[in-house]
Amino acid sequence: MIASLLGALVGSVASSGAFSIPHIDYTAILPELILIGGALLMLAAGALSVRHLPTFAYTVLSAAAGVAALVSGIVLWEKIHGKGRPFTAIAHALSIDGFSTAFVILSACVIIVSSFIADGYLRREGIAGPEYHALALLGASGAMFMAAANDFIVIFLGLEIMSIPLYVLAAMDQRRAESGEAGMKYFVLGAFSSAIFVYGIALTYGATGSTNLAQIAGYLANNVSTNDGLLLAGMGLVLVGFLFKIAAVPFHMWTPDVYQGAPTPATGYMAAIAKVGGFAALLRVFFSTFHSLTATWQPVLWVVAVLTLVLGAVLGLVQRNVKRMLAYSSINHAGFILLGLQAASASGISASLYYVFVYAFLVLGSFAIITVIGRRGDRDHAIESYRGLARSHPMLALAFAVLLLAQAGAPFTTGFLGKLYVVEAAVQSHSYALAVIAMLTGAVAAGFYLRVVFVMYGQGSGAGARADDGAGVGAGVGSAAVPGEALAGHPELAMASAPGGALEVAPGGAGGAVASGATATAGTLVAAPTEPDAGETAPAGAGGAPSPARALPFDLAPTTAVGIAVTVLFTVVLGIWPGPLFAFVHAASLLF
Amino acid sequence: MSVPASFYLTLSAVLFTIGAIGLLVRRNVLVMFMCVELMLNAANLAFVTFARELNDVAGQAAVFFVLVVAAAEVVVGLGIIVAIFRRRVGATADDIHVLKG
Repeated sequence: MIASLLGALVGSVASSGAFSIPHIDYTAILPELILIGGALLMLAAGALSVRHLPTFAYTVLSAAAGVAALVSGIVLWEKIHGKGRPFTAIAHALSIDGFSTAFVILSACVIIVSSFIADGYLRREGIAGPEYHALALLGASGAMFMAAANDFIVIFLGLEIMSIPLYVLAAMDQRRAESGEAGMKYFVLGAFSSAIFVYGIALTYGATGSTNLAQIAGYLANNVSTNDGLLLAGMGLVLVGFLFKIAAVPFHMWTPDVYQGAPTPATGYMAAIAKVGGFAALLRVFFSTFHSLTATWQPVLWVVAVLTLVLGAVLGLVQRNVKRMLAYSSINHAGFILLGLQAASASGISASLYYVFVYAFLVLGSFAIITVIGRRGDRDHAIESYRGLARSHPMLALAFAVLLLAQAGAPFTTGFLGKLYVVEAAVQSHSYALAVIAMLTGAVAAGFYLRVVFVMYGQGSGAGARADDGAGVGAGVGSAAVPGEALAGHPELAMASAPGGALEVAPGGAGGAVASGATATAGTLVAAPTEPDAGETAPAGAGGAPSPARALPFDLAPTTAVGIAVTVLFTVVLGIWPGPLFAFVHAASLLF
Repeated sequence: MSVPASFYLTLSAVLFTIGAIGLLVRRNVLVMFMCVELMLNAANLAFVTFARELNDVAGQAAVFFVLVVAAAEVVVGLGIIVAIFRRRVGATADDIHVLKG
């Protein structure tokens, strides 16, 4: 009976002719498929292998999936250029254009760099298994779907595919209570914002009769309605959903807590990929779909951008925790990126796109260094932990200084150019007040970046003064200059900083903080990043009180060093020689 | 058939508001989850109503996507809750206050 019922049902559906299976262009979604396939492969390998595969194997797999996605993204880019015009795929649900492909390429870059950065952390903390990398890959595929979506439902799906792995990544560190709390807080507020977003989609659908972005744009272009509450409410709720994801004020409350609580490499990844996916969809929906309502949303975004810029910069000044500080910094950056959208011009979109590119690398590199400084246990995140870093680890301090100065907008870095382009776009669209406010908040925000730089390069005070505040680094400064002599006295410590190994040796009876690596370790960062960590261990100055938990050495894994080096090189090289990236971004926003 | 669409939309708006307020006011994490579900189902009701009004099947199809996403969210959310509260007694959000905000 059931079979006949089903048969009748299928027959009626088929006879009505309303449904036809859309042609699925697999090449259009190849980057996403590669990442999802990589994640599934990893999970299967983890489940099927009798003994645990080494963490490095998953890192290689993750990076390989990222490279494959990058290559297929570039192929897609060439295809669009060959055709000379963008196209839609899978029943117009996806829009494959230069804009989406640029974000696909960026997501692939993020996944490659972040899998290298996470590798050092995972090995240091002894977290085995494929979960971290698999979740990261899935999240990046969600961001790609958001970028390529040409339908509100696809944006929603992409948003969730991106967000749900991020919730889990934030909660991954079982040993710190903060991590679980961060995950839960992110989850509750993220689910809240998703629900608001879906309701906004429903109202927009009711007002325009479609969830397809192009059809909505067509409807809005052909039907002038001056007073459509349903549509405005829908657009407002959709905007709120996006603002939550990109951490714009007043929907930023979760950001500092989640950034602080999440495992540090996950924070960097989250900051990068959530901004990439969120801004990709936000820019497309508001610049393209709701283009005819620009006069309506522009003032709203003006207010949001001002609040975001000011609050991010001002509250960042009073933070003592570097992760919280960078969380407020990321809020400030979100304000800058909104500047480009608020301009509502082609050059504004291009500037925002450029800024997202720049920011993704900056934040990945910054959190990679914070991961290293956080030491085993991921706990040393007070600004004091950075005191004297320039002397104990010159290259690491230099890399962090470059990344922070770039975020502050120092010349000859990509950060400066990003700020320049968005402010230029704002000026071109006559938002002079907003441009001035943005530059002022940029100057205020420079205050907290520079504070960290000063702490790193400032005079380290006596070892005894540092011993009780969790610094440890300052204690190591005194004797870092004579590692050879110190090593002669303590040969058993020489192996203490081999990656992942022998950490128990360090807090021995030497009676002091141990600063690993010194110049030799940090030197591998730029000079020869692929070489094994040539760590030396220098027992700290005599005055340091024994505090074994804080005396752990830095463990700069070669993979992490490669990740940091890539982000620093990206920042500096493309800051001095901005042509290629700017041409790429310009072409991407032309093929919108 | 005689019930006008605006009734359904009003009900949907009321459900959504109850969910939103409940999520902000209630302190039990499980109740907060239920409030999120209420909001999502309010959106579903709006989708179905509009689909009927517009005589368009796409709105009804959207409901399936929302349902699946809601299920996935609950799976992850409950997983996180279990991970946090394995060593705790109740599920009250105010008890979790290691972080400032």
